[in-house]
Amino acid sequence: MGYQLSKTKADGIFQQWAKKYDIFAPVVMEGEGCFSDTDIIRYVKVNSLDEIEWNKKSDYSFKEVLLAINETLFYFTEDQTTVPKGPEKDILIFLRSCDLHAVKRLDEIYLKNGFEDFYYARVRERAKFILMGCENTCASGFCVSMGTNQSDNYDAYVKVDHDTVYMDVKCSELNEEICAEAMHTEEIMVADVTPDFVTENKEKVTLPKNLSNDSFTNEIWQEYGARCIKCGRCNFVCPTCTCFTMQDIFYRDNEKVGERRRVWASCQIDGYTEMAGGHGFRKSQGDRMRFKVMHKIYDFEKRFGYPMCVGCGRCDDVCPEYISYSNCVNRLAKEESES
Amino acid sequence: MTNHYIPQLSTIKEVIKHTDLEYTFRMEFHGEAKPGQFFEVSIPKYGEAPISVSGIGDGTVDFTIRRVGKVTNEIFENYVGDKFFIRGPYGNGFDIENYKGKELVVVAGGTGLSPVRGVVDYFAHHTDEAVSTTVIAGFKSPKDVLFKDDFKFWNEHINVIQTVDTAPEDYEGPKGMVTKYIPDLKFENIENTAFICVGPPVMIKFTVMEILKLGVPEKNIWISNERKMCCGLGKCGHCKIGSTYICLDGPVFNYVDGKELID
Repeated sequence: MGYQLSKTKADGIFQQWAKKYDIFAPVVMEGEGCFSDTDIIRYVKVNSLDEIEWNKKSDYSFKEVLLAINETLFYFTEDQTTVPKGPEKDILIFLRSCDLHAVKRLDEIYLKNGFEDFYYARVRERAKFILMGCENTCASGFCVSMGTNQSDNYDAYVKVDHDTVYMDVKCSELNEEICAEAMHTEEIMVADVTPDFVTENKEKVTLPKNLSNDSFTNEIWQEYGARCIKCGRCNFVCPTCTCFTMQDIFYRDNEKVGERRRVWASCQIDGYTEMAGGHGFRKSQGDRMRFKVMHKIYDFEKRFGYPMCVGCGRCDDVCPEYISYSNCVNRLAKEESES
Repeated sequence: MTNHYIPQLSTIKEVIKHTDLEYTFRMEFHGEAKPGQFFEVSIPKYGEAPISVSGIGDGTVDFTIRRVGKVTNEIFENYVGDKFFIRGPYGNGFDIENYKGKELVVVAGGTGLSPVRGVVDYFAHHTDEAVSTTVIAGFKSPKDVLFKDDFKFWNEHINVIQTVDTAPEDYEGPKGMVTKYIPDLKFENIENTAFICVGPPVMIKFTVMEILKLGVPEKNIWISNERKMCCGLGKCGHCKIGSTYICLDGPVFNYVDGKELID
């Protein structure tokens, strides 16, 4: 159901939602960027529509709401384990179309690939998604090329235009608050609302069609690898990267008690493949670049039927060595068309 | 909803010391398990390590553990009368049916014998179910030999070549790498052979090369891959090669698929 309403009314509805839900959205964190006097846009719990950054793409994706950067799986004493409680409230996540497509990729790994993940599932089943439109393309995104520029599987769409707010609400639970409010006011009108989406990006990406094990010998990987400083940021900003490493910690004041945690991991960093005894695989950064790129546009698709990359462009934005993943993919496609 | 990350406390029933660095821990376990499958074995605060099943008994499962890392060090230091946490089994394991009625050759290097020990032992106890069974097992030196009691039994029932890489001059047994013994193997029908090859990646590579030289079809060869695995559940990503998750789709692969797995 589509609505046009005043900003004041929308704020009221947001407050109603906030009673039932923990609401997460991208927020500008002033001065918290990587370099001095720079800001960063990250996901945090918000209490009003005004806190949300509507125009710029978030530097880190929504994924840390569903998949904590470090998550306690259980507390242990010598012979007992205790699982921490799951979320107390349902969750609303404000995100853009590319990120909503990334949810499908996270679900694929955490709910379907092999076993269902207990921790992801218990957060995921309580999560609803509110689409934020994109009036204009961001600088580095290539969602149109990846077919992720449009989504219709949102629970609600919200657009703030000065004093007017447009909503398209598909989820009946979220709709309840609006209907209840609409009974008493004329400031909420039924309207036709279609989410804003971009039809063209500045960045265009063509996927190579004939990747295979033969692509491993392509010199392009070592070329990019020579520039990589293995910081792993590309993995951490990526809304579809899902790897983690187990970590046991114990408390200093009682060494018999501790936690087993899982922590985000990066395939670009030393130790990712290293086994006890020191044997590891993909020692060169070039091999790691190849592993990452091929996973995003080839391996995942081979297993699940669609590419992993959603074209958000965050990896290009964050790389301190200006390695452009999108440029790398385009070069692979270009080489193919020329050969 | 099952929480697969929660390990079960398991009592150590028996410890069999093979070498200073390698012990077999016989752990309490009630459930189904196959040779070649693995468990995540852990001691809280030291972490988890994927360890393959080296034996399956009535209410027990064996882990032959080499002391090489943080978790296994702790296991060796503090096991006396104790318990570990285990979860599993994970992975596909070896399917005995694939090897019945075949001229079976098992080539193993060091602790690589652990995951395949159950297969060897099965055919040593059921010699009529395979045309022939041969084990070629390589260890670094005579003091590194594992499963000595098993070898005594196997020697009486199947063909055994137990070789060591290096040995004192007066050592009378076979010496050299496992690959040295492959060219001399004789078969009634090369098409009806089955090879299993387990060990370090380099050993698998050169062993398979030798096996192929005999004219053995690729589909007659099985390998088992070893990788870092934090979950065993298809989530953590560490074991992924290409589109394959070793923990879910392996660790045992027919060579037709296994040869495509390039890190």
